[in-house]
Amino acid sequence: MYEITEKPLSVEGVVSAITRRTCGAVASFVGVVRESSRGRQISYLEYEAYPEMAIAKMRQIEGEIRQKWEIEQIAIHHRVGRLGIGEASVVIAVAAAPRQPALEACAYAIERLKQIVPIWKKEVSPDGSTWVGMGS
Amino acid sequence: MRIQVRLFAAAREIVGHGEVAIELKEGSTVGDLMEGIFSRFPGLKGMAGSLVFAVNRELAERSVGLRDGDEVGVIPPVSGGTDV
Repeated sequence: MYEITEKPLSVEGVVSAITRRTCGAVASFVGVVRESSRGRQISYLEYEAYPEMAIAKMRQIEGEIRQKWEIEQIAIHHRVGRLGIGEASVVIAVAAAPRQPALEACAYAIERLKQIVPIWKKEVSPDGSTWVGMGS
Repeated sequence: MRIQVRLFAAAREIVGHGEVAIELKEGSTVGDLMEGIFSRFPGLKGMAGSLVFAVNRELAERSVGLRDGDEVGVIPPVSGGTDV
C-alpha cells in the first residue's frame, strides 16, 4: 500500500489499514520535519517526487523485505509539497506475526527509501534554499 | 524519435519545466540524450557529474539505447541523509 500525497499523513490510518487478526506486531516509523538541518534554521521544506518511479521503487523495497523477513503487510505513505516544522513527511508501517521481523523490516524500509526512491526535498531557510541530495 | 524527458528538483528548476520532449536520431543512447538536453539547457551542465537517468522508471547507464516514446527521468541525487 503505497501513496504519494499532498495531504497530511495519518499514522493511525496507515497502521490500522495494515493490521490483521494474524499480526501480533505493527512497527511504524514517522519522519518529521525538524527545525534545523546542518546548522541552518529551517523555515519549511518542499518535497517533490517522481511519483510513478517512487511507487515502483517502494514495491521493489517490499520485494527485498519479503526475501529477508516474514512479514504480513507493509505500507509506505510519503507526503509531497510544502511541509512545516513538526509535520510528518513519511509514514512506514510493517505488520508481522511476531515483533522482530516487523521492527527490522521497518528500519530497513526507511534506509532503502532514502537510497533508491526518487523523492527530493528543498530546505528553505531565512537566508535561502537548497535541494538536499544523497549522502548529505 | 521523440523522447519524453521528466525533470525533478534542482534540474526542474533550472530548466523551468517538469517535462520536455527531445527529438533524437534513431539508435541514440541515454548519453546522446544527455548531450541533447545540455545543448538545449546549458544551465544543467553544472550538474552533469551528479545526474543519473531513469529509462521508463529504471535507472540506466549512459550506454543504454533509447526507443521512440521512451520516458527518461532526469534524477538529481535522491533526497537523503540522516535527518529523518
